[in-house]
Amino acid sequence: MRQISKKQGINLRPGIKVTGKWHQKEYIIKKKLGSGAIGSVYLCEQQDGKPAALKISEKGSSVTMEVNVLKTFQKVQGNRLGPSLLDVDDWIDPQGNRYSFYIMEYLRGKQLSTFVSSHGEEWLGILMLQLLDDLEQLHQTGWVFGDLKTENLIVTYPPPRIRWIDVGGTTQIGRSIKEYTDFYDRGYWNMGSRRAEPSYDLFALAMIMIQFYYPNRFERGTDPKKTLFHKLRQTPPLKKYEPSIIKALKGQYTSSIEMKAELAALIMKQPSSFLQTKQRNHANPSMTQKKSRKYQKRKRTKHHSVLEGVGIFVVVLLFYFIYLILQ
Amino acid sequence: MKKGTLKQILLITDGCSNKGEDPSAVATLAAQQGITVNVIGVLEDNQSEDSMGLQEVEDIAMSGEGVSQIVYKKALSQTVQTVTKQAMTQTLQGVVNQELKQILGPNQTLEELPPEQRGEVMEVVEDLGETSDLEVLVLVDTSASMHNKLPTVQESLIDLSVSMNARIGRNRFAIYAFPGKKKAIDKVLDWSPKLDSISSIFPRLTSGGITPTGPAIKEAMYQFGKSSLKRSFMREDAPDIEEAGY
Repeated sequence: MRQISKKQGINLRPGIKVTGKWHQKEYIIKKKLGSGAIGSVYLCEQQDGKPAALKISEKGSSVTMEVNVLKTFQKVQGNRLGPSLLDVDDWIDPQGNRYSFYIMEYLRGKQLSTFVSSHGEEWLGILMLQLLDDLEQLHQTGWVFGDLKTENLIVTYPPPRIRWIDVGGTTQIGRSIKEYTDFYDRGYWNMGSRRAEPSYDLFALAMIMIQFYYPNRFERGTDPKKTLFHKLRQTPPLKKYEPSIIKALKGQYTSSIEMKAELAALIMKQPSSFLQTKQRNHANPSMTQKKSRKYQKRKRTKHHSVLEGVGIFVVVLLFYFIYLILQ
Repeated sequence: MKKGTLKQILLITDGCSNKGEDPSAVATLAAQQGITVNVIGVLEDNQSEDSMGLQEVEDIAMSGEGVSQIVYKKALSQTVQTVTKQAMTQTLQGVVNQELKQILGPNQTLEELPPEQRGEVMEVVEDLGETSDLEVLVLVDTSASMHNKLPTVQESLIDLSVSMNARIGRNRFAIYAFPGKKKAIDKVLDWSPKLDSISSIFPRLTSGGITPTGPAIKEAMYQFGKSSLKRSFMREDAPDIEEAGY
């Protein structure tokens, strides 16, 4: 019953065989994929040789709660929400310690930030539209993602598709957010409650967009709200999304679909963004900003010359008409 | 389903007790009264995790059937909530386990159930955690070495209140500081549903070296069930939730 653990988490070496106590299925550990507040995730091989992800923890109750969430997702039609759940079981290690684990679909892909920096910044907006679709579906079923952050998102491809991988924070609407990360939490920025509602996720989504340009994040300072808007205004690549980001931060969207519509409209308005991010190297964002600005300037002058041409044509035509009338 | 009130003492300290009775003994007593004792040990940024006798932090929480955590000042906010929530789940799970034993026999705990049924039981635990009323008495060590940590403590308590007030269940918080001027503890803030109004709440520091943790916990125990709490809110019996099933 007591869950005070002095163990330094669990560490499984590649090659270890994990056998379920209840269902007797065997999994061979391949490598560690990551670890979080609740347990660690490993890549493993199932008995039929297929890869899967194994999440294991000594906190049995937390594992059970995550499994509950994954099961709810399973019921959603189409089931694009989160990885699908394959098995739930306990494992008793050779020392007699009990661990709870579950097996889920292994999503092979890139981290959101890695994908966007290598494939072009125009993907940021587009992937966010995908994410808004998924969030809308999730909210419709009565749940809020909660701990929405860059690290919990993965892009599988081809075709590029955003997927979420850690569902530990998923909370029923109306309850208190189960798990969150300061930087993405509107409560931390003094900009709202920690009650689970769609707008909570939309705030976090806006923070994901901001975070892409601040990989090391930033402190909230003495006036969190001011700091946040200042940082937003300081980031030219976010300019085209700004009206939508601001609304999301202020909690003015009541649904994902609403935000999706407005964000999509903003992205469509800027076809040049597809061209300007053709260059693949985004190691230095300030460089690309400079380049894109130069590009926009060039584009504007081109516009000017076209307008000039039309103007001259109209004036000439006018003179011709006057000439005809006077005749 | 009847819902009770979860009672917790949250001790925030940075060192060892050096006066009065053994804090672990007092924590055991509190646990028997249905009050969970959680302990957070706050480290200075340059301190290593085993530099001081923070073993006591863990011991007190173990005896008080609560949760303990040792953190650096910076991570305090998140920790305060995690500890509070974890302790709630732990207490509720204990209550549910009791129920299971009564229904299914003495060896039946949550872990002995197959994973499928465990899920349903955890849903009940989660529901209870969301809807139960909660009373947290925050006991802050204000001895000299805590001086520069107090602003952070204050911030994290406001944050705790933001988190807990997003729940459906009701909350009551009280803040006490120790050592007190004359008594073991001094009241900083009486029982109230929110902590957003605490500005410069911590009194001037009283003393130098003494840290009477044991007597402070004991005094804190008595603050539960005082008349300033609403009567409907009170429960005398130890396991606060009597029925955990539907």
